Amino acid sequence: MNCKGVIREISDYIDGELGLSARQELERHLENCEECKMVVDQTKLTVEIFCDSKPIELPGDVKARLHDALRRKLQEKSN
Amino acid sequence: MLCATFIDSKAMAWPPMATFKPLSTPNPHRLPSTVARDDEHLLVAAAKRGDAQAFEELVNRYEAKIFRLTMNITRNREDAEDAMQDAFLKSYSHLKDFQEDSRFYTWLVRIAANEALMRLRKRRPNQFSLDEPVQGDEDLMPRELEDWGPSPEQRFAQTEMHEILSEVIDNLEPDFRVVFVLRDVEELSTEETAKALGISIPAVKSRLLRARLKLRDRLNRYFRQGATN
Repeated sequence: MNCKGVIREISDYIDGELGLSARQELERHLENCEECKMVVDQTKLTVEIFCDSKPIELPGDVKARLHDALRRKLQEKSN
Repeated sequence: MLCATFIDSKAMAWPPMATFKPLSTPNPHRLPSTVARDDEHLLVAAAKRGDAQAFEELVNRYEAKIFRLTMNITRNREDAEDAMQDAFLKSYSHLKDFQEDSRFYTWLVRIAANEALMRLRKRRPNQFSLDEPVQGDEDLMPRELEDWGPSPEQRFAQTEMHEILSEVIDNLEPDFRVVFVLRDVEELSTEETAKALGISIPAVKSRLLRARLKLRDRLNRYFRQGATN
């Protein structure tokens, strides 16, 4: 597998969805290619950073409008 | 500062390949913020029986995450708020149709994503289409490749990181952005993402690959060793 092949398979590789022989081939390439290893590691970290990002607190006015709308809906349903 | 491309393998502090773990294996860094609390199904059952407080508890639990999702898709506060509000109201109206074959949160994400997409399409009718095939792989190769050093994200305060992530995702093309958000931020499976967006699994995979590579490329500007903010 060459560098282009690694980049094409990078998503499936970091998700653990690559077949055994393709994964072994890719890992053999990574043992000898620092550039591809760096791209793989940094792409994995990119996903982890976004995955771990905490949602910011809901702004007070947005929350108030949501709960007002919800209360109206609940009331409508109970009538 | 000029963006010099360099590779210093000795300075790299990444784990050796023997310790590499794919994202789908249990990994403390991957522990999703969306982990189901044990009582979610009890709240859903109570809400289905007409317990309004139970539904309000579900809203309290997920409102910030659903707002993040609709903001990430629409990148417009007004649209994001409308989409979030409609998603919760629709989920309440259709709660009896929820079959509980998936988590309530996943079901809610699908409703919210559709509400957000509808508004995005309305606002950008000629700029956004999930039907267009993605281009070939000639442009996939990383443009800039530099050492990030260990834990580059820890060099930033939480608010700074929020701004960085918001800026890089804002500049991602919408059809890549929605796939990335559903798959990697909300952690829907590839199949769930395809179903939510009405596109094929290969189309999800192809957009996800491009989104991840583009985001890596853009984070490089902030994370490269010696980068100044």
